[in-house]
Amino acid sequence: MADHLLEVRDLSVRFHTAQGIVNAVNGISWHLDRGETLAILGESGSGKSVSASAIMNLIDMPPGEITSGQILFDGVDLLKKSEEDRRRLNGKRISMIFQDPLGHLNPVYPVGWQIAETAMAHGKPKDEAYARALALMERVGIPDPKASMDKYPHQFSGGQRQRLMIAMALVLKPDILIADEPTTALDVTVQAEVLSLLEELQEETGMGLLLITHDLGVVAEAADRAVVMEGGHIVESGTPRELYHHAQHPYTRKLLAAAPGKGEMRDPASDEQPILRVQNLQKSYGSFAALKGVNFDLHAGETLAIVGESGSGKSTIARLMLHLEPASGGKVLWKGEEILSKTPREMGPLRRQLQMVFQDPTQSLNPHMTVFQIISEAWVIHPDILPKSQWKDRVAELLEQVGLKPEHALRNPHQFSGGQRQRIAIARALALEPDLIICDEAVSALDVSIQAQVIALLGELRDRLGIAFIFIAHDLPVVRDFADHVLVMQRGQVVEHGTVRQIFEAPRQGYTQRLLAAGLDSDPDVQAERRSQRLALAATQA
Amino acid sequence: MTMTDTSDTVRAEEDPAKPVSGLRRVIAMLWADKLAFVAALFLLVIVLCAVFGPMFLQDMAAKTNLRARNAPPFELERGFFFILGGDALGRPLLARIIVAAQNTMMVAAGAVVASMIIGSALGLIAGYTGRWVGEAIMRLADVIMSFPSLLLAVIVLYMLSPSIANLVLVLAITRIPIYLRTTRAEVLEVRQRMFVQAAIVMGASNFRIVFKHILPVILPTLLTIATLDFAFVMLAESSLSFLGIGIQPPEITWGLMVSQGRQYLTSAWWLAFWPGLAIILTTMSLNLLSSWMRIALNPTQRWRLEIGAKKNG
Repeated sequence: MADHLLEVRDLSVRFHTAQGIVNAVNGISWHLDRGETLAILGESGSGKSVSASAIMNLIDMPPGEITSGQILFDGVDLLKKSEEDRRRLNGKRISMIFQDPLGHLNPVYPVGWQIAETAMAHGKPKDEAYARALALMERVGIPDPKASMDKYPHQFSGGQRQRLMIAMALVLKPDILIADEPTTALDVTVQAEVLSLLEELQEETGMGLLLITHDLGVVAEAADRAVVMEGGHIVESGTPRELYHHAQHPYTRKLLAAAPGKGEMRDPASDEQPILRVQNLQKSYGSFAALKGVNFDLHAGETLAIVGESGSGKSTIARLMLHLEPASGGKVLWKGEEILSKTPREMGPLRRQLQMVFQDPTQSLNPHMTVFQIISEAWVIHPDILPKSQWKDRVAELLEQVGLKPEHALRNPHQFSGGQRQRIAIARALALEPDLIICDEAVSALDVSIQAQVIALLGELRDRLGIAFIFIAHDLPVVRDFADHVLVMQRGQVVEHGTVRQIFEAPRQGYTQRLLAAGLDSDPDVQAERRSQRLALAATQA
Repeated sequence: MTMTDTSDTVRAEEDPAKPVSGLRRVIAMLWADKLAFVAALFLLVIVLCAVFGPMFLQDMAAKTNLRARNAPPFELERGFFFILGGDALGRPLLARIIVAAQNTMMVAAGAVVASMIIGSALGLIAGYTGRWVGEAIMRLADVIMSFPSLLLAVIVLYMLSPSIANLVLVLAITRIPIYLRTTRAEVLEVRQRMFVQAAIVMGASNFRIVFKHILPVILPTLLTIATLDFAFVMLAESSLSFLGIGIQPPEITWGLMVSQGRQYLTSAWWLAFWPGLAIILTTMSLNLLSSWMRIALNPTQRWRLEIGAKKNG
């Protein structure tokens, strides 16, 4: 049995919390061999990160408690080793990279020093450590590695920071690299690059890679084997191909079905007068132009998706339209009326026609208010919508409309899960009976299965109430089943604008093609095809 | 919603909207935190002393009895009110502490409440409105802070007559910048939060955003500062009284009693000790109560107290 590089046997971890004991993982077992990539797939709360924390000795005890199991590394049980021994293993033989590289790099030290520090902490001389750091920075593809050694974390982009984290983790040539959601915070094109970097490095060093992710696409792209977790249990395991084509467990099937980008595409019909015309919209911060003249039209009851990577200016459009920031130039015509030049007072009555659903429902709902207060605030502000006597019934009605229960009205937002909170935020927007709802990354913070439900809800509302949507997303597959038109943005400019069918089936611009190729598909075979496409594209551009 | 975080749902189920009256709920939550409960009781006693003490004990607290000069504590032969001993003029300390509670509380509470209201109002304005007004208010705060507060007090009380109202005024002015700066800093952070942006999108007025969305978030911080400040103000008042520009005898406050008892510290420690203890206990109670309040005012934390209440009751 000691053949495996790392083996977790029957591990159970529980946490003592104020609400009682929470069993985070229950008797899970898996193993990882040299040169192999194992993916642990699960949604939030499934306990997918707990076993990694147990391996790295990162569980705080108490409140955590390991109730049973063994973690065998080279045939020795890690859980029986002393703190000191385990610390010596961490970083040297097992190392880890995290989701948020900015949070895990110290902002006050240059990155070269930080990479070298790991080596020095494990007793390497200074020159050797720095030489190794420099070599690694070159290897992970940081431009101008020599000069970059003295730069600070904030001077790098998100993808480069993740590369730096990888370099830091590889300083001591570990046998195992644990990557906890390594690409979740990254743009799609960067995500693909980071994953292929990890793969290359694995081939070079022969390390075992443990990939913790919620993304089926990542599994299809990178994993050799995968285990699927739900509620602290492993429900299924196998190769990505087996899982995709012959999923046994209902949960795995549900997860696969929820992956976006599988349904019918919509064909826009209406060609009446547009309700919204955006003309040459511009925004600059000092000398930096965030938005360089954007034009589009939107018809009543239609959905426009604005897609782009971070920094493309897609959210800025929404913020300018809603007067959350002043625009630097251009026009926004709402039902023929220019609204950018309106004063806050003139804007007041118009606000109820234009609503917004924000990315993170945890932050967009006031924690001090009950759901009833949150939804009815709309009518306090716009008293002409509804007389006070009907508020209670209407709140109940709205809650039912978004798939919640009327008795939820007296609770506070924190008593709901992420998906439910986003439903409350949608109910709040609906309370004003708007003609247009702008969804700013409204589903990107949610788990895949919840994401599918929320999108289905939005689609239903659109068909029933005839509301127009502007759907801002960084991810193309999400908008495929939902939008009528797609606007692809890059660096403050519209790269391509067309119907969904045009964009997905015959993209004209190189950037759109790259974006499509970089998206990860949950089908390993489709994904393999995509990868070759991506490499071909990269080759032609280089 | 099969993916719902189970602990969340369970918690939500446990919390049905049962019609409990507000007061009973507050008492139940207080009972859940025993220290806060004791603190609240102690403060209630102090408030009762402050309100009714002078009415009943004024004469006894002022009556000198030279035979009981510096009488030691824990002796009952001179009567119950000498249980804590007598002061340098033979007046019963217990009665004096009870009577002094009124002035002390009036000065401290007056100064703290006034500075909190003015300071946080200015802070809200400075944080939420445009740059010019905000800058002007902040520079005003800088001026007050750069002025030694004791010096300011001396000047003001020299020009005005030393009275309780003027003392409150001076102490309030010197403490305003604390609230102003904290409020402004918090407002600048909170106004960027998504739910404030969501309220703007809904078309909420500035007034509504400030009082409905921003103030409830920063109120716990302000209350915590206020309770800490309570002790500071009590001691500042005693140092002003010591300098002869605060409360003047025969009026009494705890701070004044401490400073009067200071010269007898070696021979009769109880003169300064008991009023000092009253100050410490009051401040400590306020602190305990404020940390309880911080939890009770926060809907995401409140369940800690509500669960405790269930267990105990």
